[in-house]
Amino acid sequence: MSAPRQVNPAAAAELFIIQDQIHEPMHDRFLWGAMQRRHAEAAAIPEWEELREIASKIKEHTLTHLDHYLEEFEANATKRGAHVHWAVDATDHNQIVYSILQGHSVKELIKSKSMLQEECQMTPFLEHRGIKVIESDLGERIQQLDDQPPSHIVFPAIHKTRQDVAQLFARTIGTDPNNDDPHFLTEVMRNNARPRFLAAGAGMTGGNFAIAETGTFMVCTNEGNADIGAAVPPLHIASMGIEKMIPRVEDMGVFLRLLARSAEGAPLTQYSSHYTGPRKGGELHIVLVDNGRSRRLGMPDFWHSLKCIRCGACMNTCPVYRRSGGLAYGATYSGPIGVILDPTFDEFKYSELPFHSSLCGSCSEVCPVKIDISDQILKWRRVMAEKGYLPLAKRLSFAVAGHVFAHPAEYQLVEKAAEPAMSYAPHFLMYNHTLNPWIRDRELPRPAKQSFREWYLANRSEHGNVQQ
Amino acid sequence: MTTQPTRAIRGRAPNTMKVGLFIPCYIDLIYPEVGIATLQLLERFGLDVGFPLNQTCCGQPMSNSGDEKNAAAAEHLFIENFKGYDCIVGPAGSCVKQVRCHYDRLEQTEEVKHVRQHTYELVEFLHDVLKVESFPWAEFPHSVAIHNSCSSLRGLRIASTSEIMEAPFDKTLTLLSKVKDIVVVPVDRPDDCCGFGGTFCVTDEAVSARMGIEKAHDHVRHGAEYVVSPDMSCLMHQQGIARRAGLDLKYIHVAQVLNGGPY
Repeated sequence: MSAPRQVNPAAAAELFIIQDQIHEPMHDRFLWGAMQRRHAEAAAIPEWEELREIASKIKEHTLTHLDHYLEEFEANATKRGAHVHWAVDATDHNQIVYSILQGHSVKELIKSKSMLQEECQMTPFLEHRGIKVIESDLGERIQQLDDQPPSHIVFPAIHKTRQDVAQLFARTIGTDPNNDDPHFLTEVMRNNARPRFLAAGAGMTGGNFAIAETGTFMVCTNEGNADIGAAVPPLHIASMGIEKMIPRVEDMGVFLRLLARSAEGAPLTQYSSHYTGPRKGGELHIVLVDNGRSRRLGMPDFWHSLKCIRCGACMNTCPVYRRSGGLAYGATYSGPIGVILDPTFDEFKYSELPFHSSLCGSCSEVCPVKIDISDQILKWRRVMAEKGYLPLAKRLSFAVAGHVFAHPAEYQLVEKAAEPAMSYAPHFLMYNHTLNPWIRDRELPRPAKQSFREWYLANRSEHGNVQQ
Repeated sequence: MTTQPTRAIRGRAPNTMKVGLFIPCYIDLIYPEVGIATLQLLERFGLDVGFPLNQTCCGQPMSNSGDEKNAAAAEHLFIENFKGYDCIVGPAGSCVKQVRCHYDRLEQTEEVKHVRQHTYELVEFLHDVLKVESFPWAEFPHSVAIHNSCSSLRGLRIASTSEIMEAPFDKTLTLLSKVKDIVVVPVDRPDDCCGFGGTFCVTDEAVSARMGIEKAHDHVRHGAEYVVSPDMSCLMHQQGIARRAGLDLKYIHVAQVLNGGPY
């Protein structure tokens, strides 16, 4: 049914599920646990719902005055000695980063986690031009060694078991494939990464938030890898999307209280670092990236997605994501936030994503900045239906259903025919896995011998109140 | 996302209201006992209940897939059928949510607004409008797990959810706990989606089935004999899963328990 360029998340999710009895249950259980921790942390803050409302309002204000805050940020960051660059799209971003590195004769770059850099496909761009790029976050490094993108924006390798990681490290670093002890594996990574921090000519980070008032950007990690990467090499480059802007230092209090609680059920990340200007003797470059964000700001139904603080709570709570794994979405951003962002990058390629959801609505309720994710998913379905991206089978059956449901006499005929039809339908048709996916894991319901309508006509209609 | 029904109806004495009975297509065809239970239950409270014979479908299967064009005619027919009633009651959370929340795509005439604001799901009607205190005719000496559908929870707010920090409440539980000898068991994941999601259950079959079997195992783990819900569509999916897996669980609608049958 799908053209080669179209991502099929349902099929990819099925592969994730059927691979064995270990991976999907583990993935689901861990992320469910993260949600339970999130609930406990949120419950401990009496003003939690108020915080969400305030955070949402701050983001709405900032986004609707973005030009003002971007320029304020640039002025203040420059005043403190940072170089600020503007990148209109992914290629522009990569080019700017490359020229900065070239200008400093950098051969090796060490970087911390950045979804924006992933979005821009920066690493292959740089490596193609002879610059070695090392991920310093454990999860990202695992994924880099395995030549896979991150599957979750906070836990990049959460779809892998310890055994997977042990096998991977054995293959790529030469350690014992049978030692899957977490302490051992972490120590392997630490020893592997340490020399790279020293060898790197530049360190690169993303930015969780950018504060216009002071020209500061914030980086939140649990490993402190961003901090080493920023502190050791002489050159620090930070890139972030323009939507990361917030007005004042005071506003950070709201977001920091929400971020780690939402992401992992911890009050704070281990490190919440403020970067204002270069460190003494160092050089700092900040790249602010658009890559479709200002276009998205102009979409009345979808601009609220720009409020996102990349916490990942929507992924953790999403029952579909937990059973699919992030790689099933075939995009930089997965889970519910991915479903509403990705079509803005490529509407056709990601036209199936909005249907990879049961519309349960849990995502909207956990979003710390109150993005109406679930409502946007439905709105994207309307876009896809209007553009004709619904699969043919669905289009045809809905056209038929739409007609039948609009004509009571026809509907009643279909109803009358359904029960005998199901009794006489050939078994090979009803129980065919392709024609009737219901039957793969479920027994079929049987129509009743007497419908409610028939019962009503036989038992009640003489009492009046019957509309024609 | 929620559209709360108007408060005006709550002042009126029940026996002065003309109630329209909304029976979703799958209840009409597959679970007529749920419709019968709903009608009999409403009649026990002295309500004047009518059943428009020309109702078909609320339009949700098409509308949920974004196909507004093919949903529109069914939606207009719904308005036509029910515009003459003071309020409309349906034993289906997702269908009622469709009318209250998603009929915003229709031109908002007085009739459309009236129908949208006065369509109730059964549990919220009994709890908020009739404020029922007892069900003396009912008894249910069984252990029961409650399944509140995502539509009922996050669309109609018939119970609190684990995501939102608020004082806990559950209108379904409040009503069911008034039934003699019933034992309601707790579950591990009360508001995790069961995986039905309308056409989702066939377009994303593998994921849907995993969600469903997880739900069924949760119920079995807590010793439930019956799974009771205000939403038969979720139960249709869960029942299919449980039967295939050979699990000893029975699935009925809250109307059947509160009315004392038919089963």
